[in-house]
Amino acid sequence: MVDILMPALSPTMTEGKLAKWLKQPGDEIKSGDVIAEIETDKATMEVEAVDEGKLEEILVPEGTEGVAVNTVIARMGGENAPAAQPDPPAPAPAPATPATPAAVHKTVTEIPEAGWGETRPMTVREALREAMALEMRADGDVFLMGEEVAQYQGAYKISQGMLDEFGPKRVIDTPITEHGFTGMAVGAAMNGLKPIVEFMTFNFAMQAVDQIINSAAKTLYMSGGQMGAQIVFRGPNGAAARVGAQHSQCYASWYAHCPGLKVVAPWSAADAKGLLRAAIRDPNPVIFLENEILYGHSFECPVSEDFVLPLGKAKVEREGTDVTIIAFSIMVDVAMKAADALAELGVSAEVINLRTIRPLDIETIATSVKKTSRVVSVEEGWPFAGIGAEMIAVVVEHCFDWLDAPPARVAGIDVPMPYAANLEKLALPQPEWVVEAVKKFF
Amino acid sequence: MAAAPDKSRRPRKPADSMDRDELLKAYSTMLLIRRFEEKAGQLYGMGLIAGFCHLYIGQEAVVVGMQHCTGDGDEVITSYRDHGHMLAAGMDPKGVMAELTGRSGGYSKGKGGSMHMFSKEKGFFGGHGIVGAQVSLGTGLGFSNWYRGNDRVSLTYFGEGAANQGQVYESFNLSNLMKLPVVYIIENNRYAMGTSVERASASRDLSLNGVPWGMPSMAVDGMDVLAVKAAGEEAVAHCRAGKGPFLLEMKTYRYRGHSMSDPAKYRTREEVQKMRAEHDSLDHAKARLIELGMDEAALKKIDDGVKARVQEAADFAQSSPEPEPGELYTDVLVEG
Repeated sequence: MVDILMPALSPTMTEGKLAKWLKQPGDEIKSGDVIAEIETDKATMEVEAVDEGKLEEILVPEGTEGVAVNTVIARMGGENAPAAQPDPPAPAPAPATPATPAAVHKTVTEIPEAGWGETRPMTVREALREAMALEMRADGDVFLMGEEVAQYQGAYKISQGMLDEFGPKRVIDTPITEHGFTGMAVGAAMNGLKPIVEFMTFNFAMQAVDQIINSAAKTLYMSGGQMGAQIVFRGPNGAAARVGAQHSQCYASWYAHCPGLKVVAPWSAADAKGLLRAAIRDPNPVIFLENEILYGHSFECPVSEDFVLPLGKAKVEREGTDVTIIAFSIMVDVAMKAADALAELGVSAEVINLRTIRPLDIETIATSVKKTSRVVSVEEGWPFAGIGAEMIAVVVEHCFDWLDAPPARVAGIDVPMPYAANLEKLALPQPEWVVEAVKKFF
Repeated sequence: MAAAPDKSRRPRKPADSMDRDELLKAYSTMLLIRRFEEKAGQLYGMGLIAGFCHLYIGQEAVVVGMQHCTGDGDEVITSYRDHGHMLAAGMDPKGVMAELTGRSGGYSKGKGGSMHMFSKEKGFFGGHGIVGAQVSLGTGLGFSNWYRGNDRVSLTYFGEGAANQGQVYESFNLSNLMKLPVVYIIENNRYAMGTSVERASASRDLSLNGVPWGMPSMAVDGMDVLAVKAAGEEAVAHCRAGKGPFLLEMKTYRYRGHSMSDPAKYRTREEVQKMRAEHDSLDHAKARLIELGMDEAALKKIDDGVKARVQEAADFAQSSPEPEPGELYTDVLVEG
């Protein structure tokens, strides 16, 4: 007998829905036959058989949700399988992804968004889509463009269903031509439209960085206030999982360096929904740094159609008295886990989710640090001239006399991202790193 | 499917593209640009204008001829050699000159300079200092017309030097794919800074650079304002009809250096003199006006009027105060 395993169909996939069986027990299967359809939060994909033989038994019926990668989903008779393959490899076996253990994947924060009434669990992906759809319904000048946003329904399914609702004029597939389409979007914004530009990942926006900085960010100033660009550049930023150096990089400090831009990095679904709506309405160019791993995470999110969050305002995600941990994007997960671990050690940690990186909410940071007298910054990007360096400078400028210990920073290791699972894990901040940094304070 | 442009395509005869009154108007604008630029060169020499200052002298017929094909609501965008485009768009010479001197009365309150001026009111979208960037932006102006479903056209100017930039061809691809109303105008003045087009471009006929995308195009005598108008009319009509973009290669020439600091070792003095003597756009227009019955005295009067306007601009540019120190911090972000 040969086991057929639930395959991993993307670098960050840990589970999926077995949408459909295309073969039934008793069917003869040839290598390359499509045997099933698997639906992930990103896309629906076909599973091809690797081995040949007769399908003996289906163990996971179609329609089953949340099937973990590497689960045995069916068994095949081995009679016709080549004898040389007694131990057939799983189709596209899922590598262990230590950076994104499955346990992280369905975080549901217990902290609802105060003051916005009823909430429901929502993934970051749904929250982003809802934010765009709400704003596009409200304002005909808002449109979405990018690679695979329309017919493909989004490379990460963020724009799923939007082509159907808004049509091809407002949900626009572009060729793979970041420099050109970014310039085009900025030009449209200079003429009064309000584009949302999706970069498949922010790594590709490097091709377009001249248009983002020199055209979008500076025109308002260069024109003496006559002409600016109301535009959102959004897409996944930072490391996903096992995609190597060119696809795993945090751009927060690159963009945060530049006047004329706002830089936003949501963590939760409420962040995603509330901040993206604010970003779309903001009359300035906004860099909206999402995180691929967070897309599938579920959080309580206000259902109100009016829900929006202010840019430039951080959120205390967890209150504490002994140390302030400042983080943004997926590093808030790391900070929250570190805070749990610290609580067991008797240390009460306050966690600040920055939400907006530029303009930085100095007041919330300073208020917290004056209370705790200790601070550690956590970011996934590189340490040199990183956001941590800026946060610590701000703390030293505003809270020097309150500090009981030198500020500490936790950051990604100062190397291009390696591919190997063990090395990648070593390169990315872990909760233990934060705990260790905090221990040194006491 | 991408049909090569019909090289036999000829717009209406240049001589018929403007009547006497219109040509007189065009001549006045060309003269305004020339005198303005001469004055700017002079003020630069006096230390009143600093930094980069790229003069348009020699190329006046291109922008003026094109401006006579468009109207209110059409957009114009160009590179850093932009003074002529602003004046042709109807922007006030005083505000342009005061921007050159870095004064508060300048179009950008002194914060932009020669390369960075804009006028929403006149449909002028800059003034861009990064070679080629305005081509993608201009494509976006065309996109906004397409999105809104109006019949406006984006005139997107760039030099033959920018024609080697990758984003130009990304833009050609996008605009032809989406049928955006953009007239791309290559101002081929033969020299990208000090590098002749022959030394920089493997393409020997820049008007054919849109062929892979099926973009119709024409090569035009950019020293003849009547020829520019005739070609421009056709290009603009093509765009207004929703048929997509159009490429015009304007064969022109700049008399002055690339910017104010130009050793001019890359071409001979004789070459420049020959162009000035035999192909000058102002001489050409003037000769035609006389043919059409204008007398020298009337033309002299126009010249005097232009000189007075330019002097007024120069005076304003020197008397307008420097921006307040507080201006340093304004216009970084739209507040609220």
